[in-house]
Amino acid sequence: MNKIFETPLYPYYQSVDQTASAPAHHSVVVIGAGPVGLGMAIDLAQHGIDVVVLDDNDKVSFGSRAICFAKRTLEIADRLGFGDKLVDKGVQWNLGKVFFDERKVYEFNLLAEDGHARPAFINLQQYYFEQYLVERVQEINSETPKIDIRGKNRVSAIMDHGTYSALTVTTPDGEYTIHADWVIACDGAGSPTRSMMGLDFVGRVFEDNFLIADVTMEADFPTERWFWFDPPFNRGQSALLHKQPDGVWRIDLQLGWDVDKEAEKQPDRVIPRLNEMLGDDVKFELEWVSIYTFQCRRMEKFRHGNVIFAGDSAHQVSPFGARGANSGLQDVDNLSWKLAHVIQGLAPDTLLDSYDDERIHGADENIMNSTRSTDFITPKSDISRVFRNAVLDLSEHHAFARPLVNSGRLSMPCNYVGHSLTGEDALTGGPARSQPGMPCPDAPLDNRYLLSKLGGGFTLMTLNTDAPSLQQIEGIEIAQLELSATSDSNKTLGERFLGTAERAVYLIRPDQHIVARWSEYDAARVQMAVETALGKIQ
Amino acid sequence: MSTLILTPNIPNGDDFYEKLLNAHEGLSKEQSDALNARLILVLSNHIGDMDILEQALEAAKTAGQTS
Repeated sequence: MNKIFETPLYPYYQSVDQTASAPAHHSVVVIGAGPVGLGMAIDLAQHGIDVVVLDDNDKVSFGSRAICFAKRTLEIADRLGFGDKLVDKGVQWNLGKVFFDERKVYEFNLLAEDGHARPAFINLQQYYFEQYLVERVQEINSETPKIDIRGKNRVSAIMDHGTYSALTVTTPDGEYTIHADWVIACDGAGSPTRSMMGLDFVGRVFEDNFLIADVTMEADFPTERWFWFDPPFNRGQSALLHKQPDGVWRIDLQLGWDVDKEAEKQPDRVIPRLNEMLGDDVKFELEWVSIYTFQCRRMEKFRHGNVIFAGDSAHQVSPFGARGANSGLQDVDNLSWKLAHVIQGLAPDTLLDSYDDERIHGADENIMNSTRSTDFITPKSDISRVFRNAVLDLSEHHAFARPLVNSGRLSMPCNYVGHSLTGEDALTGGPARSQPGMPCPDAPLDNRYLLSKLGGGFTLMTLNTDAPSLQQIEGIEIAQLELSATSDSNKTLGERFLGTAERAVYLIRPDQHIVARWSEYDAARVQMAVETALGKIQ
Repeated sequence: MSTLILTPNIPNGDDFYEKLLNAHEGLSKEQSDALNARLILVLSNHIGDMDILEQALEAAKTAGQTS
């Protein structure tokens, strides 16, 4: 079968830069055409910035790789214009089951809160995610060419010249050099850019190996997430079964530390393991097999002058909890509007330092959560195994122990409460979930959802009150959204944004995070909040 | 902040102590360790107050140190 990841989606072509007499100069070069690199290019293009994307490959990622995309990622994808494709193709699931030894100890239902356009999670192979990104790039370019993806263009050297960087690019037709004001390195956990710049990447390596197998099978397993601790078919270890589109199932088997990785990857070792797990009568075909070890680490700083790191190149977490691609897309969400505003002269260069501040905070939160999951799944000492098993035994009988079972915490969006770009909270009685710094919660409106009306630029949202027509603050267009919420109409909106207040005014960032909120419009305070969000007030 | 009770608080201490030992009667070392772990988790959940739990962890740690 011809898989999407075997077809060149952005084949090599010879660009004019390769035959230019002097190095061409670009505003932004993105290195890497994975989910983060392409997402970054699309977001910047939507802000009016031209982008060159260099990738050493010409295809989407081989194998399914990242498979769980969280609600926040879907909301970001909506803003980037390809959310529907993800949700139409993806598998939605709510039910998770946890097994210990030979018995099911409990099950949980993710049943997401009502009143959100997007589900809590979908499962989707990374290659589809990337395919839809490439299609979105083509759609943008068909209107105005903004994104130049250059396949088989490997960056082989990077030189910092202070105000710009010089990149040496190796292609099938030889080398060429380009200059870029800004370089965004989205070249993955093994980031060649990071190595070429001699930058640190420290953290904790977990001494464990996991076999990851994607199989296609005709089986009547329900659309659920099944997690086993110490099952008969993988004694002393863990296992995970998860459904993807097209009848593909993700199977994760913990192998332990002292294994021969190459041997374990071979079908004659993998197939008997899977037979034991699935039962001899289940027919399946291997689509992709890989072995990985856990690593949790990050760069000390993500911004190095005019070179900025995003996604796995900047931070790496264990896969349990789906925090890799999901956090990478939050990096995109955070960086794109800031960089666009700096390039367009609307914000000081120091605004980009807040990317470091906010996303390092996000990375630390993700590393903490995935480290905790890993410590539960793979107890590091006898006593930690005793407590782990005690939690599992208790979870079968008592509800209190179930929240302690940690087979991977679902990725929740990061908030920036208390960070430098976050303004004042002057709404007495306002709900905590929509306090300044939080990602704006979604809510149903009459015929659409709130988030579809926000993002891209700044928005001043008024509830049960109004504000004069603003046009511009600090040279920036401020969109205005006037809404009303009562006990009869837009009740959910009221619950999520008014709390016990009667009216409210919210300022919302281009990435849909809340800057500040008030009980009434006050020109001077809105002005100050805009300046704060642009990094003009320290 | 709530304060951990470190003065006698169980009305009949001897009764309780006997019940604690009886619960472990006939268990292997491994089974006893598992029982203790479950007991700690059950009691911790009942307390449910992080201030108290932190003080309890500290009191238990300190008392075990040889001076």
